[in-house]
Amino acid sequence: MTSADIRIDEATAPVKPILEIRDLAITFKTGSGEVKAVKNAHLTIMPGETVAIVGESGSGKSTTALAAIGLLPNNGRVSGGQILLDGEDISHAPEKRMIELRGSHIGMVPQDPMSNLNPVWKIGYQVRETLKANGRPDGPKDVARVLAEAGLPDAERRAKQYPHEFSGGMRQRALIAIGLSCQPKLLIADEPTSALDVTVQRRILDHLDTMTTELGTSVLLITHDLGLAAERADKVVVMYQGNVVEAGPSLELLRNPQHPYTRRLVESAPSLASRRIQVAKEQGVASGDLLAPVAADESRVQDDVLQIKNLRKVYKLRQGLGKSSDFAAVDDVSFNVKRGTTTAIVGESGSGKSTVAKMVLQLEKPTEGQIIFDDVDTAGLKGKELFKFRRRVQPIFQDPYGSLDPMYNIFRTIEEPLRVHKIGSAASREKKVRELLDQVALPQSMMQRYPNELSGGQRQRIAIARALALDPEVIICDEAVSALDVLVQAQVLNLLADLQDNLGLTYLFITHDLAVVRQIADHVCVMEKGKLVETGSTDDVFDNPREAYTQALLDAIPGGSLLLPPAVA
Amino acid sequence: MVRYILRRLLQVIPVFLGTTLLVYYMVFALPGDPIAALFGERQPPQSVIDTLRAQYNLDQPFWVQYGIFLKNIFTFNLGVDFTQQPIADSLARAFPVTAMLAIEALIIQAVFGIAFGVFAGLRRGKLFDSTVLIVSLVVIAVPTFVLGFVFQLVFGVQLGWAKPTVGANADWGNLLLPAFVLGLVSFAYVLRLTRATVSENMNADYVRTATAKGLSRPRVIMAHILRNSLIPVVTYLGANLGGLMGGAIVTEGIFNIPGVGNKLFQAIQRSEGPTIVAIVSVLVLVFVITNLLVDLLYAWLDPRIRYDQ
Repeated sequence: MTSADIRIDEATAPVKPILEIRDLAITFKTGSGEVKAVKNAHLTIMPGETVAIVGESGSGKSTTALAAIGLLPNNGRVSGGQILLDGEDISHAPEKRMIELRGSHIGMVPQDPMSNLNPVWKIGYQVRETLKANGRPDGPKDVARVLAEAGLPDAERRAKQYPHEFSGGMRQRALIAIGLSCQPKLLIADEPTSALDVTVQRRILDHLDTMTTELGTSVLLITHDLGLAAERADKVVVMYQGNVVEAGPSLELLRNPQHPYTRRLVESAPSLASRRIQVAKEQGVASGDLLAPVAADESRVQDDVLQIKNLRKVYKLRQGLGKSSDFAAVDDVSFNVKRGTTTAIVGESGSGKSTVAKMVLQLEKPTEGQIIFDDVDTAGLKGKELFKFRRRVQPIFQDPYGSLDPMYNIFRTIEEPLRVHKIGSAASREKKVRELLDQVALPQSMMQRYPNELSGGQRQRIAIARALALDPEVIICDEAVSALDVLVQAQVLNLLADLQDNLGLTYLFITHDLAVVRQIADHVCVMEKGKLVETGSTDDVFDNPREAYTQALLDAIPGGSLLLPPAVA
Repeated sequence: MVRYILRRLLQVIPVFLGTTLLVYYMVFALPGDPIAALFGERQPPQSVIDTLRAQYNLDQPFWVQYGIFLKNIFTFNLGVDFTQQPIADSLARAFPVTAMLAIEALIIQAVFGIAFGVFAGLRRGKLFDSTVLIVSLVVIAVPTFVLGFVFQLVFGVQLGWAKPTVGANADWGNLLLPAFVLGLVSFAYVLRLTRATVSENMNADYVRTATAKGLSRPRVIMAHILRNSLIPVVTYLGANLGGLMGGAIVTEGIFNIPGVGNKLFQAIQRSEGPTIVAIVSVLVLVFVITNLLVDLLYAWLDPRIRYDQ
């Protein structure tokens, strides 16, 4: 249907919804019986409207969306309710009918741009087969046009490249091009930008908005980010444990959430929280009182525990036949970290922030410059001294699934650093592990369990307990909360803040998420392409960003433009 | 790309020298006197023995023997075997037969292995899949000489569908039954490998995206599941072709096929150094070239692999 048709419909008949989901239930057959992933979902999307489903992982939001395009995994089926596309119930439609509908009536933009393009076919081919399958003109010109419309520069040449020659943002543009290539009436966008940097995310979502508005496409947006949903969608549907718990116009729902779960979501969404601090400050409330319990005691000695001076890291890029070129991943970076405070290093992927963390941890050697820890240059540390240094500086990494040994139970995981550093007897070590579990608010009964039995948030708590085992002074958190759902993320951030208060810890927090920074950091260092572009106290950087790049990062926080009262609920 | 191929071909030189030297030395170190063995129970006059020794350079030290061998190879003179037949002639007769057998076996295992593997992979856990898995396990477990004799008896003798032995006039039709026996074991491996990669790729995100584009099921399978799944299978098949060209001593023995395997077996029994090394030299070339072809095919199937760096 073109937008002209819609206008005629509007004029003559009451507008019918594009998609209507009624009392939807979805059941999965698993090894241990049937599991109801979706119990009761209902939503309505009118022509040209954008509706967002918000919820944490496991809430059934993606499953609902997949059912709408008939792509449930083999062991899943619609066990109740209806999915009406333009009035036609497609919940049990035969595969033949679904093949007709997919692409031309319902398009999809999937979540992960890295894995959703077939690595062995050229981008152009993957666009062309979509056009061909849906009976559209599929010449090279048409392919280039479709790609160009999705904002891919130099589309004709790009069409001849393979996915691995594209960046994440470009791949996502190609996927958007594919999803919209046949002008479907409904586009399902499943976390379309959650794998991308904030600034890229913003550009791509803006472009998607423009395209769908021009084409009059209705959008079903799946996201875990309430701020993003509220900014992009007309209506928000909140799902929790397979049920739709609340639905309504975005701003209304955000300002006045009814269901307790929605209220918790609104409270912990980092993007909204930042906004709230902003509003509160304008009304004269100190931000420290609101959220960040990290403001250090006046009495505490504020010496510089870490001094980074003119740090540089150069990698050699091989260019065949012994030739190589230099690539400066970190270029002349200097900053100090005060004891007992949190310093955040912010930047997009490739900005060099993780390389700084690796060098501070002595996992990479700096090419030039100094890292001074407690007045000692770490470059000279060897053998025993380096071993001692490692005890005082501990890491927490991003992926709680990858950073715990699956063959070690929790006790062994937390005890290992104590054993390696030969601290205490077996009995005193066990006591210490119990204390640590208490500190990270996990039951002591968890000691005998294995990482695969725990949730992401629990695993990250284990990683924190392990980092704390050696009573370190500095903890380097490399994207430590990026892989977690918002609610879990808020809990872990609170835990880190409490631990800092109680133990006087110093955090170096590496993240791409400015919203999280606002919640936890005292100081911010903004990095771009290896260089430190701006540094200052968190309030300064957020309120008066000096650099255009920092401003761009701040603008890209989803939900930043929303007006909210300082304390919701 | 041309540069890569050239570099790979240059690598043939050290590989060739190394393998021939090793094989030559092993033959040299074999216990027993090949000339004495030639005469069996009879005791030939010393003058005859000396003449024969001189003819085959057996009276020379090892390095001289190997040097003469290399010189002959590069002048395309492979010499004569102990029955005074030119070795080049017997190789020229044996290799085409083995090549036919190997290609037939390869086609059989590729076509049936991939076809059954894809069907089993797409219907994992269903009846067809389970049946095929059990049958392939049986095929892997039963030794070739048992399979060979059973096939020979059933299809060759009792049913009379094929000639039980091949003999001197080997052609594509005659070689079909032995090719089946030869291809059967690898067929089972190809099937299992294909099945595993297909069922893994079926759940790939890009396959779901392809379906979401509105592609028909056959198109999704052909363009997005099959091509990606073939990458490891092609590697396996390529490595296997080298092995098949080496001649199947057991299969060629059962069906009396005058191929490389047979020739090599006879030469080893007689300690015929020149014949053994000649055959092995050709095999080394075959191996290196098939491996190169597989690598090039691999790069064609998977564009992420680039050799010209």
